[in-house]
Amino acid sequence: MKPVNQKAWLLILPVILCVAFSAILPLMTVVNYSVQDIISPERRVFVGTEWFKAVMRDDDLQGALLRQMGFSLSVLLVEIPLGIALALAMPAKGWQSSAVLVTVAISLLIPWNVVGTIWQIYGRTDIGLMGAALAAMGFDYSYTGNATDAWLTVLVMDVWHWTPLVALLCFAGLRAIPDAYYQAASIDGASKFAVFRFIQLPKLRGVLMIAVLLRFMDSFMIYTEPFVLTGGGPGNATTFLSQYLTQKAVGQFDLGPAAAFSLIYFLIILLLCFILYNWMQRVGTANKEPGHE
Amino acid sequence: MNERRLKKRTLFLVLYLVFAILPVYWMVNMSFRTNEDILSTFSLWPQNATLDHYKTIFTDVSWYSGYINSMIYVAINTVISLVVALPAAYAFSRYSFLGDKHVFFWLLTNRMTPPAVFLLPFFQLYTTLGLMDTHIAVALAHLLFNVPLAVWILEGFMSGIPREIDETAYIDGYSFPRFFLTIFIPLIKAGVGVAAFFCFMFSWVELLMARTLTSVNAKPIVATMTRTVSASGMDWGVLAAAGVLTIVPGAIVIWFVRNYIAKGFAMGRV
Repeated sequence: MKPVNQKAWLLILPVILCVAFSAILPLMTVVNYSVQDIISPERRVFVGTEWFKAVMRDDDLQGALLRQMGFSLSVLLVEIPLGIALALAMPAKGWQSSAVLVTVAISLLIPWNVVGTIWQIYGRTDIGLMGAALAAMGFDYSYTGNATDAWLTVLVMDVWHWTPLVALLCFAGLRAIPDAYYQAASIDGASKFAVFRFIQLPKLRGVLMIAVLLRFMDSFMIYTEPFVLTGGGPGNATTFLSQYLTQKAVGQFDLGPAAAFSLIYFLIILLLCFILYNWMQRVGTANKEPGHE
Repeated sequence: MNERRLKKRTLFLVLYLVFAILPVYWMVNMSFRTNEDILSTFSLWPQNATLDHYKTIFTDVSWYSGYINSMIYVAINTVISLVVALPAAYAFSRYSFLGDKHVFFWLLTNRMTPPAVFLLPFFQLYTTLGLMDTHIAVALAHLLFNVPLAVWILEGFMSGIPREIDETAYIDGYSFPRFFLTIFIPLIKAGVGVAAFFCFMFSWVELLMARTLTSVNAKPIVATMTRTVSASGMDWGVLAAAGVLTIVPGAIVIWFVRNYIAKGFAMGRV
């Protein structure tokens, strides 16, 4: 067990100040908006929980929430295994290692609106590489006309964009495993799979937890890329939660309902992350053998 | 057997790299072509290559100052994030104290706020403080999501280091700051490298807050880029060229931290 030491608070105080500075006041302001009908800056009426009730009854919102869940789940199911596999395949030494690291990281560094724009061209069957290649292979591909194609394109774009985040975290996590563990395993004659299952995977638990939570919450708030690529269409096939929220907040200037929506949105992410976090912690500790720290 | 596995592994890696590089190649390809050319013909490499788009960016002060502004606030942000996150992550990984688990999770909840509605209060807060349109405003605002990230990443790496190392150092008479800076941080190099890169990256590509808090003097490159969408249509070529140039600083950063990421514990003193 960790020793109890209340003085540790002094070490985390700067972090709390830095974050609270930008966190507390805006959150309070949004809570304040959510219980008022703001007709103009001077005329506000207190409406209590009315906006919350209205938001909960909204059918479009429920549709967007379901699409969002499906999308985020798919993102995790593809990106986490792919990221781990990639981290295991990346060379650890020499110039190849540096070259692969830089190449893998490139997609993360492109601003999100540019990502959407590039894929918009890249996926077109007349002038884009991917679209033209798919068309040449005989697929009737169109991300603007076909709902399934649009959804898959957004998913592939997200996988392209964000798998490197999982891969880099896991790669660094793998490098942090002391050589002694591998030596012990090779003396025991452990198979490759056993090394992965009993040494690498448990040691990656910390970084994998971060990767899963980050990818989950970021994909749950995905906005710019699908907005630029498909505009939420065709129909509403790629209208995810944040896009629906922005339509409400910016499009209709309804600050009250939009604030209520934001808070519910925030609470959904919070709840799901909390469940994921606790579940992963339990899985991690259950795997640990007794006596092994 | 082993060799065949090695080959499979390399094949997988090469396939992924091709998948990763093709959209980037297409952007580079677009950046050297005129808008009419991009929209009318399919071509695997730029025929009649032009450097006009790059010339636009390098000669127009409103374009290239965007890069400088972004670099300033991203650098400030990354440094502050790491400096405050390192001791905090140590506290979380080594001690229990009142409310530790709650604070740890609360930190991460700050990454979960959907930005659309939160932008207005942000604008009001920073206007009241008189910080609008300064680099420090964006750097401070970005701490909201980068500090929690850095704490979480560093805590993960620190927890992987056995506590005996701390105890041995204290018995040997090391003070906390000396132990922390000369023994502990070198042991979690990989984590520091990754945390630094991610702080850089998330601050570099963040658009909504940076755009809300700046107008002229600190306008970041990501906000400048939105100019390429106008009533007369999209300026694809300039956008692609600007996109290519946004990769460069980050690629340099990862080039510098790559040794930290790649070596990590293996070269430590244990």
